[in-house]
Amino acid sequence: MRLNSPADLEELRKKIIAKVDPQKPAVTLCISTGCEALGAKDVLKAFKEEFKKQGLEGKIDIKETGCLGFCERGPRVVVYPEDIAYFKVQASDVPEIVSKTLLNKEIVERLLYVDPNTGEKAKRLIDVPFYKYQYRLLMDNNAKIDPKKIEDYIALDGYKALSKTLFQLTPDQVMEEVKKSQLRGRGGGGFPTFQKWDSTRKTDETPKYVIVNCDEGDPGAFMNRALMEGNPHSILEGLIIAAYAIGSHEGFIYVRQEYPLAVENMQMAIDQATAYGLLGNNILGSGFDFKVKIHKGAGAFVSGESSALMTAIEGRVGEPRPKYVHTSEKGLWDKPTVLNNVETYANIPLIINKGAEWFTKIGTAGSKGTKIFALAGKVNNTGLVEIAMGMTLRDMIFKIGGGIRNGKKFKAVQAGGPSGGMIPEQYLDTPVDFDELKKLGAIMGSGGLIVMDEDTCMVDMARYFVNFLCDESCGKCVPCREGLKQARKILTDIVSGKGKEGDIEKLRQIAETSNASALCALGQTAANPMLTTLRYFPDEYEAHIKEKRCPALSCKPLINFYIDPAKCNACTLCARNCPVQAIDGAVGKIHIIDQSKCTKCGTCFDTCRFKAVTKISGEPVPPPIPEEQRLKKPVKKAT
Amino acid sequence: MSIEQIDKIIDKYVNEKGVLIQLLLDIQGQLNWIPKEAIMRIHERLKIPVSEIYRVASFYTALSLKPRGRHLVRVCAGTACYVRGGPRVLDSVERTLMIKPGETTNDKIFSLATVNCLGCCALGPVVEIDGQYHGKLSPSNIGQLLSKYAQSETKECV
Repeated sequence: MRLNSPADLEELRKKIIAKVDPQKPAVTLCISTGCEALGAKDVLKAFKEEFKKQGLEGKIDIKETGCLGFCERGPRVVVYPEDIAYFKVQASDVPEIVSKTLLNKEIVERLLYVDPNTGEKAKRLIDVPFYKYQYRLLMDNNAKIDPKKIEDYIALDGYKALSKTLFQLTPDQVMEEVKKSQLRGRGGGGFPTFQKWDSTRKTDETPKYVIVNCDEGDPGAFMNRALMEGNPHSILEGLIIAAYAIGSHEGFIYVRQEYPLAVENMQMAIDQATAYGLLGNNILGSGFDFKVKIHKGAGAFVSGESSALMTAIEGRVGEPRPKYVHTSEKGLWDKPTVLNNVETYANIPLIINKGAEWFTKIGTAGSKGTKIFALAGKVNNTGLVEIAMGMTLRDMIFKIGGGIRNGKKFKAVQAGGPSGGMIPEQYLDTPVDFDELKKLGAIMGSGGLIVMDEDTCMVDMARYFVNFLCDESCGKCVPCREGLKQARKILTDIVSGKGKEGDIEKLRQIAETSNASALCALGQTAANPMLTTLRYFPDEYEAHIKEKRCPALSCKPLINFYIDPAKCNACTLCARNCPVQAIDGAVGKIHIIDQSKCTKCGTCFDTCRFKAVTKISGEPVPPPIPEEQRLKKPVKKAT
Repeated sequence: MSIEQIDKIIDKYVNEKGVLIQLLLDIQGQLNWIPKEAIMRIHERLKIPVSEIYRVASFYTALSLKPRGRHLVRVCAGTACYVRGGPRVLDSVERTLMIKPGETTNDKIFSLATVNCLGCCALGPVVEIDGQYHGKLSPSNIGQLLSKYAQSETKECV
């Protein structure tokens, strides 16, 4: 059915809503990549089978939704209308959920979230600390929408902003609203969205293009994937509004091929919107035409850079080009092009519907609205976290994230991916926004936040990022291609115990050069991880270079594994698990590691139940105890 | 793999601009690699220089110019996985399959690759095999995971 006017859309919305009975029992479960990896599809199958078995088909609704962010505790199931949230649900739990909760309104206690700090159980999603402190403007609808059904989106005021834009606002008025909202790009630099749009709009050249950047190459960030998988229409609606404002009739959605489900759901969204006349020619009878195509990325970090992404859409090798002419004026096929991140577009319908004034009430002076962060690494609650700009890093990591895993000590949080920086404990009370993070030498980037504890080596992390960027350098300009290669060599030497006096100075020199002379932002910011670790953790560099010691006991060439004879229970567990048979011992005979055979894989360290296996760095391994002292009173063989 | 098969894929892209990457991804998806014959055929039909096709095919990590095994094992090397023991998981995969990233086992069953980020950061360390994600792994459960795939004949080696 094609919609030919705003009235048609409202009519359809009414019909969809009228069909929904809010009191009808329903189950929703997340089917996006994270929960699927944990067995969500099996859970879904089990629900369908159980409904069939008990004759409940049609009496209870089942809805497959997108990601709710708390991937760590997936698969997640919510039972309506009571709004009861169950975590880590397996197929075997399904019959109990059906018979107890759905039929008899009883709660299955063991599937509720238990706060590890207080022991309290949370019945509803909103009671879970992970959600309690969030401000879920963009992510909230992921819980309510089946991304494969446009009707679900329409029921939640979907395409209302588009209808308003096309029939009540001139392009000038849309621009004015975006300007007043002070929205800044969510993909990296935080460039004002209005300015970008304005310069494309002002050029006389046509055609003009609009592009969604869902390359999300920043390792450790996955909010774009969650939005595109879970609520593709919100991005599409934002994109069409942008196109109307700047006078474009053709758009592209660039998605990395590592996200097959995002591609699938977005394609379905495009097809459904086109069928309803919300996309294509004469949208809603307004006379405005807009078509859009998905372009899959083929795996290159640099493709996330705007000019490189455009050359990739043209079908060529993704290489950035100098920016003295902006892509907003000469972009895709040398035509004026607006390129924004997924999350930026998702904000647009909200701003149009609720107004810029409402939007600017959220956030800090210079950064309005919310931001989705991917909280990962050594933190208890990992997942996607949407907060109002201005929350402190400490609140995010400790209140929402539930603190550091296994009671370890916090060391640093890496913000902004390979172009970002490491932030140490003394700055944890910094309010998170574009400008504050920049002051610390990091960036907001696309919102990756990787938490590191005392076991993470800062020099090795700097090496990791430099190595990453070195592999991903497109090779076009010298400072990035050659400079990073040298930096990688120096850092690899340092973590291998071959660091020399003067290395740190050389690293600084490379950093300065590439910052001043690289062609694109990737090269210019490549030194950030190096510079921030040098600034905040100079002691770790010194220890590696001068004492050949890794304080975090993490750099393999600088550590040795050693079995403490006093603690060894001679149970053979480590010896049996050692992949290279480097451990000598028997039941009742204290074990010894043959250092010449040991590959330092750490399996013995993980498996020992008595904490007898230790890591040593910067000092020689004690000689093995004499043979005659190795015999111990036999203990029960561990299984 | 036959010319007809390649032609069928190319047919979808004639008369469109900027299609090379999408076309190569399609071929990669169906044949599991980009054979020389496919490059030559694209050149003949779409008049794109061989050098350009080769350049694109060698630039992007999702495209392989070497035949791949029946199962593609992709170990995530993203930051979140890295800090949670990704390198040790990779070590364990390398030891089990006795190959390095970029290589294929002699029996052509497994190919190994690392990937920058699978966007599944909350479940690190993650390994993806033939599109299926496996999260929260440790070096000790790799052997079991891989042996399940070694026995499966579902995905044909091309």
